[in-house]
Amino acid sequence: MSEPLRLQGISASAGYAEGPLFDLDQTVVSYVGKETADEEKAALETAIAVATGRLTALIEMAEGDAADILEFQIAMLQDDALSSPAFAAIRTGLPADKAWRQALDTEAAGYDASDQDYFRARAADIRDIRDQVLRALSEDGDVQAPAGAILYGEDIAPTRFLETDWSRGGGIALRAGSTASHVAMLARSRGVPMLVGLGALLAHLAGAALLDAEHGGIVLLPSKADIDAFRQSSSSFRARRDRAGTFLARPAVTKAGTAVRMQVNIADPSEVDGIDIATCDGVGLMRTEFLFGKTLPDEETQYRAYRKVLEWAGDKPVTIRTVDAGGDKPVPGFTVEESNPFLGLRGIRLSLARPEVFRVQVRALLRAAVHGNLKVMFPMIAIVEEYRQATAMFAEEQAVLATRGIVYEMPPLGIMVEVPSVAIVPEAFAEAAFFSIGSNDLTQYVMAAARDNSAVAHLNSVRHPAVLRLIAAVTAFGQREKIPVSLCGDAGGDPASIPSLLEAGLRALSVAPAQLAMAKAAIADISV
Amino acid sequence: MSASAEATVVITHDVGLHARPSVKFTKLAKTFAAEVEIALAANGPWFDAKSIVKVMAAKAPKGTVLHIRASGDGANDAVDALVELVRRGFDEGANHVRTA
Repeated sequence: MSEPLRLQGISASAGYAEGPLFDLDQTVVSYVGKETADEEKAALETAIAVATGRLTALIEMAEGDAADILEFQIAMLQDDALSSPAFAAIRTGLPADKAWRQALDTEAAGYDASDQDYFRARAADIRDIRDQVLRALSEDGDVQAPAGAILYGEDIAPTRFLETDWSRGGGIALRAGSTASHVAMLARSRGVPMLVGLGALLAHLAGAALLDAEHGGIVLLPSKADIDAFRQSSSSFRARRDRAGTFLARPAVTKAGTAVRMQVNIADPSEVDGIDIATCDGVGLMRTEFLFGKTLPDEETQYRAYRKVLEWAGDKPVTIRTVDAGGDKPVPGFTVEESNPFLGLRGIRLSLARPEVFRVQVRALLRAAVHGNLKVMFPMIAIVEEYRQATAMFAEEQAVLATRGIVYEMPPLGIMVEVPSVAIVPEAFAEAAFFSIGSNDLTQYVMAAARDNSAVAHLNSVRHPAVLRLIAAVTAFGQREKIPVSLCGDAGGDPASIPSLLEAGLRALSVAPAQLAMAKAAIADISV
Repeated sequence: MSASAEATVVITHDVGLHARPSVKFTKLAKTFAAEVEIALAANGPWFDAKSIVKVMAAKAPKGTVLHIRASGDGANDAVDALVELVRRGFDEGANHVRTA
């Protein structure tokens, strides 16, 4: 019997999971074919871009021969001459994976036929390139992990996280990854235990494992003693969480009697099925980019998603954020590839650049508004002209719906305060119906520290005086001008940051549903 | 104005126009507006010198007489620069033969 294997990582989302490891990086290809040749083409383009991006990331850590090989592979992948036979085959009706495999096998065969050792060996490079793109293609497919499994791999895509059924437990253990990644945020929001930074030593592991994402460890091939100790820690964690749970049903009030409005952040309409509306004051942030996961959603799909959440919330407000794609949230066929995406065409910038996509969302929101207490906000506003252009589109689409005789309602239109230009000069945005402080982005832009880079994680703190001063100034301006101000970043659900946020004057927070109880418990301990 | 130029150069690099030299060769070719092509014989077939896939597929080993031709803006400069790069052994030391 093998010895237990213990690995240390960093907790990105606290909790415990016991189950079989599921290898996220396995190369079995199960690509799911698309409906049309255009979609096949888009899938292959995306897969090539993903594979190129991965190689580019690797090249930064490689040197010498390894870097040369990677540079060569990237140059090959970026050459249209490599992919054009595959795209031609797609036009004749072949699915993307078959077309790509066929094209690259033909290319590799050309090298196999060489009488020179050196060029014959390049066939392996071509096959390597082939498999990287096939892997990127298949990730788009449907390799489902068994329920309750611990997903293990280099990193995990947000779409993969969302496709997984977490209702029967399970967790995430990553060799790389970051506590500030989008998936880490989702994991905290769903209460899915997650570890990052386990190191690159062991590429492929399998078997039963114990994931302790409270202390940051994972045990493979555990002994009986390991299992007993694990289950004890796990039930102690649940007990502590349940104690906080007694705060869940009560309104959030500080020791000094100050009431705090507590709303929830959601990403997927189905999340509200697990939340009792009585425990919160509505939805402070409903993200919409996940509706945009693989294809651009049509008006009806969006309308149904928004309506579901509005009807769940009854007369409590539901704040829906227009699509915030770009940055670390690429959407195939919508976002553009940029060298510095966090400073590029993301959020409202992208929506205004692609009005034909944005107007669909605007119409869906106007129609859904009649089903509840809707508020709409725009992400990444930097100048007031962006707010005016976006509100003008609401007015225009309202007129379109009116002429068609479709019922609609104009919701209050507010802005995210996450670009420093807004936080520094909030008076320029006094015409907005409300402000919602996006502390994740505000912090990363004020501190110039990317939120997905663990090397600068020590700089990425909402509690830095520079960030807190901006939050206090925005909050004070809102109070003066009677503009409601709330905060919807991760900091709102972090017991260590909540005291500073209340001291800065905030009285409305929106947090991940899984953090609602702990946040209320933390508020009860504050004497503001 | 449509200039054109053609030249030949012998590949002296130990393993020929392989992966790393191809990266350098195509990168340099792409800095010129002119259309640039290579061939292993005067009568072709000609390969696009800006496509690493095509340049690699030419499979030019050591000792190959490489034909380089260009047409369009800066054709002369393009041919001169590429010939020079091959003549310099792609800026890789003769004793420094790597397999990549």
